[in-house]
Amino acid sequence: MTSSTVSGATAKQRSRRSRVLGRLAFLSPGLTYLIVLMLIPLALIISYAFFRRGRFGGVVYELTGENFTRLIDPIYLDVVLDSLKLATAATLIALLVGYPTAYLIAQLPARWKTIALIAIVMPFWTNFLIRIYAWIVLLSGPGLVNTVLGKLGLGPFEFLYNQGTIVTGLVYSYLPLMVLPLYAAIEKLDPQLREASANLGARPARTFASVTLPLTLPGVITGCMFVFVPSFGNFVIPELLGGGRSIMVGNLIRDQFLKARDWPFGSALTLALLAVLIVLLLVQAWSARRA
Amino acid sequence: MSRARYTRRLPAAALVAGLALAVSACGGGSTDTAAAPAASASSAQLDPNMDLSKQSLTISVWPGYTPEDLPKRVKDKLKTELKVTLHDTNEIIMGKLTTGADTGLDVAFVSGQYAQALNEAGLLEPLHPELIPNLANLYPEAKELSYDKGNVFSVPYTWGTTGICYRTDLVKTPPTSWNDILSPPDEAKKKVTMMTTERWLALPAVKALGLSVNTKSDEDLDKVKAKLIEAKPSLLRYDDVDFGKRLVSGEAVMAEAWDGWCPTSEKNIEFVVPKEGSDLWVDTMVVLKSSKNKEAAHAFVNFILDPEIHGWAAQNILYKVPNKAAMDALPAELKEKNKPLQMSPAQLLEGESIIDLGEDSTKFTRLATEVQAAK
Repeated sequence: MTSSTVSGATAKQRSRRSRVLGRLAFLSPGLTYLIVLMLIPLALIISYAFFRRGRFGGVVYELTGENFTRLIDPIYLDVVLDSLKLATAATLIALLVGYPTAYLIAQLPARWKTIALIAIVMPFWTNFLIRIYAWIVLLSGPGLVNTVLGKLGLGPFEFLYNQGTIVTGLVYSYLPLMVLPLYAAIEKLDPQLREASANLGARPARTFASVTLPLTLPGVITGCMFVFVPSFGNFVIPELLGGGRSIMVGNLIRDQFLKARDWPFGSALTLALLAVLIVLLLVQAWSARRA
Repeated sequence: MSRARYTRRLPAAALVAGLALAVSACGGGSTDTAAAPAASASSAQLDPNMDLSKQSLTISVWPGYTPEDLPKRVKDKLKTELKVTLHDTNEIIMGKLTTGADTGLDVAFVSGQYAQALNEAGLLEPLHPELIPNLANLYPEAKELSYDKGNVFSVPYTWGTTGICYRTDLVKTPPTSWNDILSPPDEAKKKVTMMTTERWLALPAVKALGLSVNTKSDEDLDKVKAKLIEAKPSLLRYDDVDFGKRLVSGEAVMAEAWDGWCPTSEKNIEFVVPKEGSDLWVDTMVVLKSSKNKEAAHAFVNFILDPEIHGWAAQNILYKVPNKAAMDALPAELKEKNKPLQMSPAQLLEGESIIDLGEDSTKFTRLATEVQAAK
């Protein structure tokens, strides 16, 4: 009796250990990915931010706080505010365009749904840079749009190289990341809830505001984060479509590493950007929980 | 001032570069420790009769900057195995070389002011002229470069200047001054481009104000900043990659341009060095102190200075080379089609050499940020 209990306990232990090992085995690709490509670089960045720049680049291992005191400078604050403004504008526009799109796709018959979703992700099959260059071809002074408008006796217009084109580029690039989570949220929504709302006398607008929107809010928040985060740190679009006439935080950081040979300051900027994003994520999480 | 025509500042390249930096950064180690006078101090004993087939070379160079079949040519001539690695920008190779870890590189191609910085950091082998007889092919002016007078630690590979590249048919009067691009005539408003790479972003205003390209004075830089911000509304965009294409399409009519990048072989496109003067940039070859194949490295540098190999650069990337024999051998037709190739060494030397500003170089970074962020 006793012996069988003991052996039963060790068997249980053994099975638990094998379960833990099994989980570890399954987790290891993801964990390796996170550790090698996320935690180690992050640790490097955090440590660099506290050292000095070498005269010829590189890092001098002397502790200093000057990289952070340099951050408190109106010029960098301006750039951060500008980036926040542009990324927020892009996110709101993507939401306004993306929500109806996702809603519509969710109402389609199953076969068309698949086709519509493939169409949404299709741009990703082409290289990002090529797609951005395509906008230049379309919108430049002697470009396609101006040529067509010119035939109609309009223009030429200056479409390119301003903050408006930066926002356009950001919306264009990240719209699919807005549509997909919204679609997932709307698709899960039980149509009977809307019918019930209508049966109880609510108009479509009321139904949307009181039923549909609150229930799809997690999708809205996810979509907004997916658009906002890469927009905020983007440096390709401001350069190519903005013509370098205004800069975003991403450009600032890139330039510290690739032009100014100032890795410590670049690291400090990176941490500042991360801090802003973490604060935003916390606010989002908090508001999502209250919603 | 890196040279790969298409890849040099493309963001994709920058991304890859960013990763490369992150990786190379792991090497760690300071190279900053008051190393300035080290260069002249010690120079290795080299054996002129060394059997070069026993040595192998690794070089780092901008993409497309040397002939594709260079390893084979070197093997045929010197019997040395050559491995070519690439860097897109000066900053990337500097990142590699200044981490303190042995990179295994023997020869690197960097711009003049970076060679100067590497030398001050004690990372370069003083050259042994007796092993580079082809130095005699260089123009006398090529020994007068202010970052390295007398070619003590670097050998110039290409050189040139910066000016205005413009459409003769789309501007009424040809530009002659930096002010023509800073405050363009009406027909060129919103149709000019200027560069963003820091020292060149500042150049038009620096020269228009009659200052030195190597100024470190805050007062000077404030004036430069004001002038550049004033010029911003009439600017189409900042561009140091595609201005040639933009001129051809007519999207831009005037561009701040490196001479070799101005497509003067196209119809209606000309290049001018403004009357206020300009810079002189030089891309050089340096031998690294850490090299274990210094005899072969010198033989390699000597081989590049051969008129045929050196002339390849002029013919294929359309940069002037400081090699008299190579330039004299260029086909007249090529020089006729590409006018900047006709510029003489004396004319080039009128340009002011860009030198490394050390700690003060961050001032130019800040200037660039302020100008670009200005509304």
